[in-house]
Parts: sequence; structure tokens; C-alpha cells
Amino acid sequence: MNNNYLDVKGRIFDIQRFSVHDGPGIRTIIFLKGCRLRCRWCCNPESQEYEIQKMNKDGKETIVGRDVTVREVLEIIEKDRPYYRRSGGGVTLSGGEAMCQPRFTEALFKACKDKGINTAIETTSFAPFETIEKILPYIDTYLMDIKHMDSEKHREYTTQPNELILENARKIAPRVNKMIVRVPVIPGFNDTVKEIKDIAEFTKKLAKVNEIHLLPYHRLGQDKYKELGREYLMGDVLPPDDKKMQELLDAAKSVGLKAQIGG
Amino acid sequence: MSYKIYDCEKTERIDKLKEDLFKKMPEIEADRAVLLTESYMATESEPIIKRRAKAFKHILENIPITIRDNELIVGSATKSPRSCQVFPEFSFEWLEAEFDTIEHRDADPFYISEDTKKKLHEVYKYWKGKTTSELALSYMAPETITAMEHNIFTPGNYFYNGVGHVTVDYGAILKSGYRAIIDRTKNLLADIKVSDADYSRRKEFLESVIISCEAVITYAKRYSALAKEMAEKETDETRKKELLLIAKNCENVPENGARTFYEACQSFWFVQMLIQMESSGHSISPGRFDQYMNPYFEADLETGRISPCFAQELIDCIWIKLNDLNKARDVESARGFAGYSLFQNLIAGGQTIDGLDATNSISFMTIQATMHILLPQPSFSVRVWNGTPHEFMIKAAELTRTGVGLPAYYNDEVIIPSLVNRGLTLQDARDYNIIGCVEPQKSGKTEGWHDAAFFNMCRPLELVFSNGMDKGEQISIKTGEVEDFKTFDEFYDAYKKQQTYMLGLLVNADNSIDVAHAERCPLPFLSCMIEDCLGRGKTVQEGGAIYNFTGPQGFGIANMADSLYAVKKLVFDEKKFTLKELKEALENNFGEDGADNSKDLTVAVAKELAKNGVTVNEDVIKSIYANVKASGTAGNPKYKRIREMILEVPKFGNDIPEVDAFARDVAYTYTKPLETFKNPRGGQYQAGLYPVSANVPLGGQTGATPDGRLAYTPVADGVSPSAGKDVNGPTASCNSVSKLDHFIASNGTLFNMKFHPSALKGTTGLETFVNLIRGYFDQKGSHMQFNVVSRETLLDAQKHPENYKSLVVRVAGYSALFTTLSRSLQDDIINRTEQTNF
Repeated sequence: MNNNYLDVKGRIFDIQRFSVHDGPGIRTIIFLKGCRLRCRWCCNPESQEYEIQKMNKDGKETIVGRDVTVREVLEIIEKDRPYYRRSGGGVTLSGGEAMCQPRFTEALFKACKDKGINTAIETTSFAPFETIEKILPYIDTYLMDIKHMDSEKHREYTTQPNELILENARKIAPRVNKMIVRVPVIPGFNDTVKEIKDIAEFTKKLAKVNEIHLLPYHRLGQDKYKELGREYLMGDVLPPDDKKMQELLDAAKSVGLKAQIGG
Repeated sequence: MSYKIYDCEKTERIDKLKEDLFKKMPEIEADRAVLLTESYMATESEPIIKRRAKAFKHILENIPITIRDNELIVGSATKSPRSCQVFPEFSFEWLEAEFDTIEHRDADPFYISEDTKKKLHEVYKYWKGKTTSELALSYMAPETITAMEHNIFTPGNYFYNGVGHVTVDYGAILKSGYRAIIDRTKNLLADIKVSDADYSRRKEFLESVIISCEAVITYAKRYSALAKEMAEKETDETRKKELLLIAKNCENVPENGARTFYEACQSFWFVQMLIQMESSGHSISPGRFDQYMNPYFEADLETGRISPCFAQELIDCIWIKLNDLNKARDVESARGFAGYSLFQNLIAGGQTIDGLDATNSISFMTIQATMHILLPQPSFSVRVWNGTPHEFMIKAAELTRTGVGLPAYYNDEVIIPSLVNRGLTLQDARDYNIIGCVEPQKSGKTEGWHDAAFFNMCRPLELVFSNGMDKGEQISIKTGEVEDFKTFDEFYDAYKKQQTYMLGLLVNADNSIDVAHAERCPLPFLSCMIEDCLGRGKTVQEGGAIYNFTGPQGFGIANMADSLYAVKKLVFDEKKFTLKELKEALENNFGEDGADNSKDLTVAVAKELAKNGVTVNEDVIKSIYANVKASGTAGNPKYKRIREMILEVPKFGNDIPEVDAFARDVAYTYTKPLETFKNPRGGQYQAGLYPVSANVPLGGQTGATPDGRLAYTPVADGVSPSAGKDVNGPTASCNSVSKLDHFIASNGTLFNMKFHPSALKGTTGLETFVNLIRGYFDQKGSHMQFNVVSRETLLDAQKHPENYKSLVVRVAGYSALFTTLSRSLQDDIINRTEQTNF
């Protein structure tokens, strides 16, 4: 890739500064638009379509999604460098699914590494391994989402099977500096001791990986479905309570992993 | 410097002491005023300095003394806890006028008995025409008085009260006691010659110092005798022993040097409390307590005389005592300094005079004490520099997490060079501490006159629009009709002219008050603890201190930055509306005023309809109301539209370089002209940028501003963005504020942030929080303070104040009990932008 990678364009829908839950330290998260999964609990429904969309918030129309160059994003990333320096933070790409825009993701990460900025990605890794492989050299922390070990159930709740995801996880793990497995804990989907333990055991077998984060389901995305004119499929499912989370945390720890609730 | 962290538990005694503090409402007591007046009447023919000393002596020999239950550190200014004495020599008329209302006013009410009222009424007959306040007023230029009457600025603090705002050389008293000062003063007296040009004044001053110091020694011995007497009657063996030890302590200190840590604590307290008996000036700041106390702790530890946890208990006792003092202010000032605050700022950490890290064991114990007590006093601060130990930062962050609004964080990397720029030596600058809210100074050498006046930076802008008129009166210079300005620069120049003119009047007000204090209330006792008063033979009020400043504080930076940016962009760049239209919109409060009478109109219309035989049910009323509302605003949609356009323009606090540049520049319009002025003590003016809590009441006297702020609502506090306008998260907010030049505002800047408690959860939360401070300080911000209380909690506290009696929040440069604040100030705190982490 030559120097004009700074002009590579990508489609994002949000940039959030001072994020502390997705990778080490104080971070700036770039949310990319477009994802191949349709998880029922998704808290960023506006991230799923690649197309630029309209949302209707309290009668006010807003546009979700904009095309930006790597250079433009870098400008915003640079603003918080003093805080990255103090906290060991940096940039996290999230989504949507960053792997759906591999050229932009690669260019942005490369630009960050050129400037000595720490990088992290939060991804389902539902993409051809060859695509992911090219980006790996630029990633410091790989936040690998694994939602379920049963492919059929995975497909039912996310619209996609899990074979490719699990296969990719095995291949990526030995090739990255640090991988952390992250599991959204969704009531009725994967919130039993057995299901979490299965994921933990899979995690344990991944090369060099020893850390798992359990992220309890929350309802913060609910209003956005309405604003998009969509139905919220989770109905009135409540977030798992503390006792439940503790039980699942113990299950994850029982296989010998470092585990925590939340990112 | 090395340290150990002890993390001692709070003792039962501390809980009891705290409980006793809040048993009764604060009360006004008359003893001091009566004694003072007796003495003044008996010394009419003597020099003023002598009269001050003799009055101080008369008070200390006769004022009732008390040792409260469970106390280990003794010395109380009043019979009742949290009560206050009165200082008629500064001003009294406001209190007499408030005799019947002060108990029920919204900010800082005090109980006052009929007996006290009677006594004070008698005393006040003497003081008519004799106060510093009256003398100051007589010195002021007529245009200054007019500007004050129109609330352009308010020097109310020192106009009505003592000056205070000082840190004495506590270390010297702890080490050698007042006996050493008396001895030195006697030697100085012996050295002066009757033929010296300043013989008379010097002699009177030095003799006054001796009288004052002797009075203090006598006062301490009265406590010693009282403790002995109480011990004799005491049946509880433990308490008896405690009282005997108290008696022994007060026999030795503060007359002589402290021999133990306990004596050092007792000695400290007498100094702290008695400065506040001599004058009503607040912000008597203990300063670097950890630095001057630690040697006594380490020495006792080494000889096994003390256990760390007893030392902690003693420090806790001092913290309680700091909350036992109180001060009644006039109703306006009480709003500006709401929360019964005395601003006794005590600071931990930082550097030694040689530039090494100064954190010691007592530094940690002061944090621990604040966690134990969880009360507004002392105004607790920490110094942060590149070499501050991380665990000290984390311990401080743990205190922040309690929600008490303490500590405030100060950046050595900005403050030290800014003080050097003001002429302090490097060693003195490294030894700085904070006075009151946010004002840095070198202890024992400075008369800083910090907090000299509030200057509302939005008011000169109003004068630009009115061409110097206010409420139908020409109170300022004419800068031209606003509609005639052709360029933004013309407009901005007019602002600068209005501001500079008003700053000149502010200086006139402050200097008049300064002279009045020197002439009517010189303070010999305070002066003997400030260099080089003894050497120069004059009090701090007369220029005896090494460093002399006057520091009035400007506020409303965010409103001004946002206003100027909006005018530049919408009027001059994009030509969306004219200055004339904007002027009308401002005069009409953006068309928002009409909305208030909608209810009345609805009733009128409904009655009219009923008269005409229409059945008026609830639905009809609703529809009338909707119509009235709509037509009420339809009359002036233009103004509303102007405001809508303004609100869409980017605002300060969002890390937008163009807007932030306006903020930096507009701050200069205040800070730069100010530093050219001189005060009567031979020092210069230096600007502060902070509002205490005056942004609320003074905002209440300010019309609508071109940033879209509605009339009479609060102005932005300190250098913080306007409430709710910073929407890009805390790092963006910090970056914007760091764009201001904090070095030139050497009298302090104040940056408020509010966090939801969830943001500081767990170790990660604390680490993140510390790194945020570090990141802001790396960019040369000077000060930061935090409220960590959820919005829900504060709303609930408004609804059920009885459940939140000890809920402490950060107001401005200090913390206060939330439920004691006025409703509008409470609302202002609730409305500050709350940061979470995403």
C-alpha cells in the first residue's frame, strides 16, 4: 500500500471519544457501518446496513452514516493523544463489522501504527481469513466476539452459522499479539452455565489466549429500533442479574481463564 | 521524601464529634462584638494599630471559652458549634437590616436570639461612620459607585468583611512559638532610634505585635486552666487523662515550640482559629499541612511516642474543628459564597523547594481524614506534578469517588512558572499552596488580596449593545451604536473598550477598599506571621508582605466565547441577521418572555367564551391554551428563529479549534489589561478566572446574551463550558479548556467536571480518571475539580432534603452541603453536563 492510503474512504456512523471498555486505557472508538450478522440483541441497529439511513428521533430526522477518509478520522483520533499516552489507550474499530470494510480498516490501522497509536478491533471475524490476515500485523488487541458454540442456535439468533467464526478464531489467535474473547450474555440464548463453559473451553484451547470477558445484555439500543422504524425483537427481556452473571463468571473461570464481567 | 500508607480506621470519637456539630442550627453570637466595642471606646485617643491590638487582647482575655465533649484539640470561637462571632468594624448595617430575616433566608441562614439582637443593636450605635466599608465608599469615584450599583462587578467580599485569603508561616509558630516572635520583636524595638523617620509607626506596630502575641498566650493558658478544672470534676478516668493532657499541651503551645505531634496539632489549631478571631476575612488557608506537620510525626514515630492511628485521629479532630468555625455574610454575598463556606484550603503533595517530590505519610493521612469526615472543610486540595507518585493520585481519586467533591487537583507544571512570572523566586514558587478556591500564593510572604471582586464578563457586552446605557442611565463610555458596526473587529473592539473601562472602575473600587483596611483595620497579629512585616515595621495591610497582589476574578468566558463566535459567524460571515436584529432579539429575551402569561390569557379567553354561552370543559381549555401558546410565540418568531440559529453554531467545550481560539482570546481581554494596574501596597493586579458560586446570582442580573443564553439564567462557571453545551465527552471538554492561557490567569482558573459515579467504578475507573487528569494537565490546564454524584441522587435530595443532610457537593472552588444551597444554585449544579464513560 502506498502513501495515498490516507485518502482511503470508509463509511462510519459514529466516533466516540473517552471510551474505556473496549481495549486498554482511554480510547477513541470508530464505529463502521455494515455487518453481515443480524444479532437480535444488537445495540447498534443503525450499524447493520451499509447504506446511509435516516432515523427519526422525536420527530427530528437524522442521517446515520457518513463517508470519511482515513486522514479525517486520524485528525479526530489525534485529539486525544495526551490521554492515550497517559493511559496506554488508542483506537478501537467497532461496528458494524470492521472486517466488512477491509481496505479502510487496513489503511486506518496502518496509519495509526505509523503514528505510534495503539490499535484494537472489536469483531465477529465473520469474513474470509485472507481478508483478515492482511490486517493482523497492525492490530495490538484483538477483541474476538464469540456468541455460541452451537452453529444452529448461532444461526437462529444472528442469521449466520458459526463455523467460519470459530475457524478464524483458531487461525487468528496465534498470529496476534493479544486476543481477548468477548461473549455477549443474552438471556434465553447463551446464559446457561453449560453454554458459557463451552465457549470458555473453546477459548482456553486457542493459542496464547487466556482472557474472556462476559458482556451482560443491555437494552440501551431499544429506542434506536423505533427510530429506524423497526421492531425490537428482544421484547421485554431483562438484563441478567448480578447473581446470574457471577455464576457465569465462575463457570468461565473454572476452565482456568482470566475472566471478568464487562469490557 | 518517603512515605508510608497507614489507612487507619475512623474512631467512634470522630463520629460523635461530627454528630454534635450538626445538632443545632448555626447561631450568631455577640460576645466578640461587645468586647471589641468596649475596648474601642476605651482607646479613642490611641493610634489605630494599638487600638486593634488592645481590642484583640480584651477579646481573648474575656470571651467565653469552651471545651466540647470528646475533643482532643481545643479552642472554640463560639459557645455553640458551627456558630459565628460578629465583626462590626468592617460593616454592620446589613446584619441589622437582616435581624428578622437571616434565620429564614435561602442561602446560609443563622439563628439569632433576641438577646443577641439587643446587644448588637447597642454596639452598632458606636460603629456608625467608623467602619472600613464606609471609609472605602467615601474613597470611591462616583462612576465606580454607579457601576457597582448596576452590578457590573461586585467587590462585596472585602467591602463588607475582612480580607483574609492568606496562609501564614505555620511552620515557624510550631517550631518556636509566639515567645520567639515576642523576643524578636523586642530586639527590633531595642534597635530603632527615636530619630528614625518612621519611628512612631514602627514602634506602635511592634508594640502591638507584642500585645497581640501575649494575648494569644494568655488565651491558650485559659484553656489549660479550664481543662484542669474539668479534669478535676471528671469521673471518667479516660476522659480525665485526656483533659489533663490537653491542659499540658495548652500550657506549652502556642507560647513555645511544639515538642510532640499532638502539641503541634494543638498549636496549629490556635493559630488557625485566632487569625479568624482577629478579623472576619475568610479563606484562612492552612496550606501545606503535610509539609510542616510531618517532621513532628516522624520524630514521634521514631521515639515510639505516637501510634500512626492516634496521629490520624488527631488530624481527624482538626478536620472537625475546621468545620466548627463559621461566618455570617450579607444575603448577597451569602449567595455568592453559598454553603457556609470558610474556604480554609489545605493542600497535600507537590514538590519541595528544591524540586523533589514532597509526598509524605501525612499527605496520605490528610486524604484519609477527609474520607473519614466527609465534610466541606478543609477545602482539600492536592498538588500534582510529573513526579507525583501514582498511588497518591489513586488515593486522591478514591476520595473523589466518595462524591464529596474533594480534592481539587492543581497542576504544579503550570502554577510554578506562572508564579515565577509574577516575580516569586523559584524556591518560593515551588512552595506554593492554594488560598480559598483556586488562588496560588507563597505562604508566610504574601498579601494576595485574592478574590478581590467578581467581574461578570457578559456585562460589558450588554453595554456594547446599549452604547454604555443600563436601565436608562449612561453608566459607561459610548462606543457607538451597535447597528453601525461594519466589521466584527469594530464590534469586538467596542467590547474591549467597555471591558477595559469597567476594569479601571473595578480597580478604583478595590484600591479604595484596600486603603480603608490599612487605615481602619490593620492586623498586627496576622502581620507578625507574614514576612517581612516585622522587618519593614508595617502590617500586611500597609504593604508589609514580600509579595503583594490584587486578584479580581472574571467569569463567563464560555458565554463570551460562544457569543462572539456566533456574532462573527451569523452576523458578519454568513449575514443571517443583523446586529440590529440581534439587539432586538436580546432585548426581547429571544421571544421567550411572552410565554409566561399564557395561563392568564387562557383563563381570560375561557371566561370570555363562557360569557358567550360556550361550555368550557377541560378539552376546550386545553385547546385554548395551545392556541394562546402558539400565538404568544407567533408574535415574535423572528427572535426565536435567531436563537435557534445561534444554538446550532458550535460551542466552546467541544474541542473545536476556531471556537476555542475565541475563548482564549476573550480571556485575554480580561487578563491582559488587568495586569497593568497597581495596588496601594506596591503590588500588581493579576487575574483569576473563576466565579466561586456567583455565576448564579450574578447571572440573575444579566440579560440575554448572543450565545443563546436566556435572560437572568446562570452564567457559565469558571473556565468550564456552558452547562450542557459540551457534548463530545470529557476529553473534548478538557482539550477546549486547556486551550486557554492558564499561565496568565495566575490568580487561578477553575474547571468543573461532573461525573456519574459509574465512571469511577473499580480499579479501571480510578486509573482512567487519574489518566484523564494527567492528560489535561499535560496540556497545561491548571486546576480541575469534580462532582461525582448522580443526577438522580441530587434530584431526590431536592425532594427529600431531610434524607441528605450531610450530602456534600462541589460548588465552585469549594464543597458545601447540598441541602444548604439555594434552589437556583442546586439547579445549576444538577444542570452541569454529566460525563460518563462510554
